[in-house]
Amino acid sequence: MLLEHSGKELFRRYGIPIPDGYLVRDPKDILPVTKPVVVKAQVQVGGRGKAGGIRFASNYEQAQKATQEILDLKISGKAVTSVLIEERLNVFREIYISITMDRSRRLPILMIIKQGGMDVESAPAEQVMTWTVHPFVGLSDYIAREAAADLQLDDAPTRQLSELLKRQWKLFWEMDCDLVEMNPLVQTADGRLIAADAKVVIDEDAAYRHPEIDFRELDRTPLEQEAHGKGLALVELDGNIGVLANGAGLTMATLDWLSSFDAKGRVFLDLGGTDDEKVVEEAMVLMAKATPKVILVNIFGGITKCDTVANGILAARNRLGVNIPIVVRIMGVNEEPAQLRLQQGGVVAFHDLDQACEKAASLSKEV
Amino acid sequence: MLMGAETKVIVQGITGHQGEYHAKSMLNSGTKVVAGVTPGRGGSNVQGVRVFDDVRTAVSDTGANASVVFVPARYALDAVLEAIEAGLRTVVVISEHVPQKDALIMIEYGRLKGCRILGPNCPGMTSSRYGKMGIMPSQIFKKGKTGVVSRSGTLTYEIVNALSEAGIGQSTCVGIGGDRIVGTSMLEVLEEFEADPDTDNIVLVGEIGGMAEEEAAQLIKNKISKPVVAYIAGRTAPPGKRMGHAGAIISRGAGTASSKIEALNEAGVRVAFLPTDVPGLL
Repeated sequence: MLLEHSGKELFRRYGIPIPDGYLVRDPKDILPVTKPVVVKAQVQVGGRGKAGGIRFASNYEQAQKATQEILDLKISGKAVTSVLIEERLNVFREIYISITMDRSRRLPILMIIKQGGMDVESAPAEQVMTWTVHPFVGLSDYIAREAAADLQLDDAPTRQLSELLKRQWKLFWEMDCDLVEMNPLVQTADGRLIAADAKVVIDEDAAYRHPEIDFRELDRTPLEQEAHGKGLALVELDGNIGVLANGAGLTMATLDWLSSFDAKGRVFLDLGGTDDEKVVEEAMVLMAKATPKVILVNIFGGITKCDTVANGILAARNRLGVNIPIVVRIMGVNEEPAQLRLQQGGVVAFHDLDQACEKAASLSKEV
Repeated sequence: MLMGAETKVIVQGITGHQGEYHAKSMLNSGTKVVAGVTPGRGGSNVQGVRVFDDVRTAVSDTGANASVVFVPARYALDAVLEAIEAGLRTVVVISEHVPQKDALIMIEYGRLKGCRILGPNCPGMTSSRYGKMGIMPSQIFKKGKTGVVSRSGTLTYEIVNALSEAGIGQSTCVGIGGDRIVGTSMLEVLEEFEADPDTDNIVLVGEIGGMAEEEAAQLIKNKISKPVVAYIAGRTAPPGKRMGHAGAIISRGAGTASSKIEALNEAGVRVAFLPTDVPGLL
């Protein structure tokens, strides 16, 4: 997800009205305050308002104090490194609007909720207005007319809404978005529609089409970020067994399996569909950095061949001289040479996943 | 299902490492692989299969009606559109990391032209009668009457292997793919299993995220009379990051392992605790 200010930069580029504002990393950089402002923590997690990450200020001193206080905050464990300072809108009403991909209908949908703001996810279903938007057709004016009727908007704001929705759709489609959300879209006391917040998620598989976009997810840990940069999906967990498997479903199933021995994962690491021993070696090196008590490798060989994985494991162990115990379950394509090589390398290798999980679990509990 | 005696398959991207390896494996499993397509490589030969420059010529020369796509993600949309335009009825997209927008365009254009898409980012399907389209390892399969539908790749192999070791063979196994937008849904495959005379019972392999399993539970309750056993991966996974409110508004609390297991149980589906528990529940 893009930070609010980056999302708003896209809004500006697509002609969606946003409040006047600027980004600040240091209270010294605050400009003179001539009208009331709101100071907003730039974080990628929800609930920043409840965590004290949004404050109001009417003069320079208040703005400086609010900025310093927010920069001192940790929201969901993450330090806040920048704030957005914006004009405070004179709010008449707050509306929720989003365009997202609906997996069930396999089409984008536009959702509008009359009462935007906090807790929209618990709005009763009948208050959520939805329209599918077929990409071969685009977002047509009738949608804005229907929405405006529901929202009881007059002529001028209806025209504004129509224009805004078309721009929102254009942004969603051209920028390969998974989500373009305005919560709230504010209707000001003088009748203007302004996007007071911006949540934009761009499909990472389309990143190559948008080299200007910063896809860093700030809520990743440094190790997760490092793995991501190497094309590996790694998630740090709160147990003590490092689980490396091929395929996300199999990796999750392995973690679930450990729970039947009262053991918990320290790391989820999905090798994906690689058949390169260098990638396996790299994955093992990342795994060691998380210092799990045991490493459990679970491979069902197909595209990823078992002997490739065996070579990668042994190479990593030799390179690092790791003394973390490694338990391997390996079966599928080229299983026999893999078993042999691991055995020669002194690594315990199982054919049966249940036995491997039991072994890893018992090693994880040794004192 | 998805394949029949008349199915003649093209491999798009056959001259690549994966394309060649799996073309050979498909041939070995008895699949009629009649042509390969790689632009600029027409006239050559891979594993005894003729290679063409374009799908149109491959179709007119061989009568092919299906394709398996192995091209890199950024060329996948073009390859699939070419296959749809050439009149193919089924296209299996193995390529992973296909942009969601490209997936949407291929699926919708396919729908318009009467072409069915399986995937993207899927392992394809295996039939006990007609071979396979995709990358599933043939040696773990055993002929039988159980239909398997799954969102995952290797986890499916784990479960198929457990079934085969327990003496339970499979009729058809379909990997619909793990992406958020896929051409063939779990619901469509379930309905086909219900109608398929070769299938007696069904195994559903799901995972956390999305609502496919909850929707499947609803369908099973209303329309599926054959017994269904499920496995859901991700019971112990920590709750995912929230991205805006839109996902939560659509899903309304669905998506977690417990929501899926509960919905399936309520529809009379037995849910296995471990993948190896699946055969015992059938």
